[in-house]
Amino acid sequence: MTEPVLSVKNLTTHFFTRAGVVKAVDGVSFDLAKGEIMGLVGESGSGKTVTGFSMLGLVDAPGRIVKGSVRLNGTELTTLSDNELRSRRGREISMIFQDPISTLNPMLTIGQQMKLAIDAHESVSVRASATRAADLLTKVGISSAKARLRAYPHEFSGGMRQRVAIAIALLHRPAVIVADEPTTALDVSIQAQILFQMRDLARETGTAMIWISHDLAVVSSLASRLAVMYAGRIVEEGRTATLLRDPRHPYTAGLIASLPAAGKPGTPLNQIPGTTPSLLSLPPGCPFAPRCGRFTLRCEAEPKMTLQDSRGWRCFHPVGRLADAPV
Amino acid sequence: MSDDRTPLRLFWAEFRENKIGLVALVVVVVTILLALFASIISPQDPYDLAKLSLMDSRRPPGFIGSSGYTHLLGTDPQGRDLLSAIFYGLRISIQIGLAAGFVSLTIGTALGITAAYVGGRIEALIMRLIDLQLSFPAILLALVIVALLGQGKVQLISALVAAQYAYFARTAYGAAKAERGKDYIEAALATPLSGRLVVMRHLLPNCMPPLIVVATVQIANSISLEATLSFLGLGLPVTEPSLGMLIANGFPYMMSGRYWISVYPGISLIILIVAINVVGDQVRDQFNPRLRK
Amino acid sequence: MQAILVMAVMSVIVFCGVYAIGNPIDIVIPPEATQEIRLEAIRRLGLDRPLYEQYFIFISNLLQGDLGRSFVYNLPVLELIGGRLPATLELVLISVISATVLGVSLGIYAGYRPDSWLAKTIMAVSVLGFSVPSFWVGLILILVFAVNFGWLPAGGRGQTVEILGIAWSFPTINGLSHIALPAINLALFKLALMIRLARAGTREIMLTDTIKFARAVGLSESTILRRHLLKLISIPIITVFGLELGSTLAFAVVTETIFSWPGVGKLIIDSIGVLDRPVMVAYLILVAFLFVTINFVIDLVFALIDPRVRNGASA
Repeated sequence: MTEPVLSVKNLTTHFFTRAGVVKAVDGVSFDLAKGEIMGLVGESGSGKTVTGFSMLGLVDAPGRIVKGSVRLNGTELTTLSDNELRSRRGREISMIFQDPISTLNPMLTIGQQMKLAIDAHESVSVRASATRAADLLTKVGISSAKARLRAYPHEFSGGMRQRVAIAIALLHRPAVIVADEPTTALDVSIQAQILFQMRDLARETGTAMIWISHDLAVVSSLASRLAVMYAGRIVEEGRTATLLRDPRHPYTAGLIASLPAAGKPGTPLNQIPGTTPSLLSLPPGCPFAPRCGRFTLRCEAEPKMTLQDSRGWRCFHPVGRLADAPV
Repeated sequence: MSDDRTPLRLFWAEFRENKIGLVALVVVVVTILLALFASIISPQDPYDLAKLSLMDSRRPPGFIGSSGYTHLLGTDPQGRDLLSAIFYGLRISIQIGLAAGFVSLTIGTALGITAAYVGGRIEALIMRLIDLQLSFPAILLALVIVALLGQGKVQLISALVAAQYAYFARTAYGAAKAERGKDYIEAALATPLSGRLVVMRHLLPNCMPPLIVVATVQIANSISLEATLSFLGLGLPVTEPSLGMLIANGFPYMMSGRYWISVYPGISLIILIVAINVVGDQVRDQFNPRLRK
Repeated sequence: MQAILVMAVMSVIVFCGVYAIGNPIDIVIPPEATQEIRLEAIRRLGLDRPLYEQYFIFISNLLQGDLGRSFVYNLPVLELIGGRLPATLELVLISVISATVLGVSLGIYAGYRPDSWLAKTIMAVSVLGFSVPSFWVGLILILVFAVNFGWLPAGGRGQTVEILGIAWSFPTINGLSHIALPAINLALFKLALMIRLARAGTREIMLTDTIKFARAVGLSESTILRRHLLKLISIPIITVFGLELGSTLAFAVVTETIFSWPGVGKLIIDSIGVLDRPVMVAYLILVAFLFVTINFVIDLVFALIDPRVRNGASA
């Protein structure tokens, strides 16, 4: 098995606020192979975005990475100096955000913004960088790229802006791109376009991707592997097809069941009862316990990850073929 | 977490925690007391021209005057005991500041809430006026009005009010507009209560917090503006010296080293204004939901 | 255009206010003058005509560039004001520009590193800049620098140099030393304002996704500050700059009085003192005009800087 391009072990990021310590990410581990697309799924507040930030070292105060390791291409990121980390951002690992209107500076042309991104890591002539930028824009599906370089962000539609952001992220052919809900702010029709475009691009450039989303349906069409997050922890992970067909963790099962496609027409949609817990005051034991139908007194202890054939779950009473077998 | 403490008590409890704000508040209260009891605690009545003796004028602090007592802070060119003059001056400053502030508050709030409540063309008209007024510097406006109306307390207060009511109007407008859209107002309007009653008992109290903040700042501004006008010679008549005038009187003597005539009144003025501003800052921080935790 | 309407309204208000109240004749004519001389003077100055007629004469004269003659100096007002305008302009421009440049720099630093002791000091001092009335600061400046240390002169304008036919004082060292204190005095309030504004803006902008994305792509902090922050912060800064420009012009009145700076501000104070109405009216009209112009220019500047404004609605 080849060395994974990204290896996260026991990543823990806490926010030290006046109201208390928020354990946004609490011991997250996963591996990402070269060119693999992994989906990181969870409701808002599950810690998925902070995980993404943590990997790039972009966690704002009062948060910081408390422990754990993030190895990119063999280099440990958490111990790097600011400058060393910065030189890897954009070049080896990159990130795109949810709302492209706030990602791009409205007062600079996209050509200027792309040039800034290029110049951050390489010394390229103005002509060469313009050509490179235009090529990339064409690749993400923006026509008349060379002319569009002189346009400002507000002259583009939402979908186009996101493509520009993707192009910027791809400028240096990074090994990993972290995409934080990149299609959530877009029209449904555009979503599909961008989704498949990104998949093809990733395949073509060999870039691995972590696709962060709350929308299981969106991610499952794209990712070959899924990791489900809840209250700062990964509660289940494995191959997408397997997970969807045969989930182990009750939360995953609940998510799948709540998809509109899963419900019968005419009946109310299935919902997971309750709401996500506040990360300030998590009860001890399994964080999903208050909402779980399979809760027993056993769940007051902290469940560990059970690993089996490249999949894992964190539950004392998993769903599925092992349903009634004690763990 | 139910508390049967009133919002006021909670506010006060939180206010107490901030040391600087507390100190400032104490300073303000002390100054007000000094001003209130000016006539009682002043060693000399600075308004009583008969008692003044030019022999005593421009004496340094510590000088023992012809009336027999020590002028703790020296005397001014008319022979007034500076300490007494400062007390009386503080009284005038506070009086005018409060009066101007209160009247501006009333007028401005009335205008702002009316504009927000009534809507339509009246709203547009009023807000246009307010915007126009706000872009005009307060000091010029006050200057012109004093120039036209002459000197005197009422004229001065009118000038200050004219210069400042717009701030209140704009704040009240913003707050009222925000509250107006909220459900509880709609509900109250649906009842048979008269519109005016709804405004007075529901809309108004909820617009108060930002208005209180503006009020503290504006009171400090009024005091500052009044002092500036007096300094320029356009404030109160010479017989009722406000702090600004005292400072102006002492200005020509600064070069010759008799600094106390201007400096001491100046210091008291500054202390008053800064203290009010600090209290206002603290009040503002407490009312701002975004800064809470 | 709206601007012209504003000007018109202002001119009416100002004119009526100034001419209608009080009896201007009393300054020019000594009280012992006979009735004949009085009547003669009234007729000559046009004060016997009905008010609206006086107003029309005034406006028509104005549009021809004739703002009347000062009651006191007996010079054409235009000449009077024009002669003193450069001094005020020089003072205001130097104050405003240095306040903005310094204020924005300090404010950005305070916003970028809010927990440093320098940032905290800057913020604490800026509070003072707000609260303390400017005439008091002027006094202290004189006390400390002129009286105590004797480094800088306490008043008046220094040597002037003629550029383009107008006298400016900043090109000479002597002139600079004279302009230093009043400029500092005038600049203080605006400086405090700019510091607070720049700090708040910086803090806010640094938390946006734009900056996060720039970091995620590997841009260095200095590049981010230079290319992103400065551009983004320019909009609120310029807005306030324009607003405060007028205010600074107004406060120049106080500063000029304290430092005996021979500008328009001092002129108006003196005029108010003696009720020299033509000067007062002209000054106010001038100020209103300047305001309107400033607003207009600021709008233009926005169109230049912000591409969204330039191109109209977005796609």
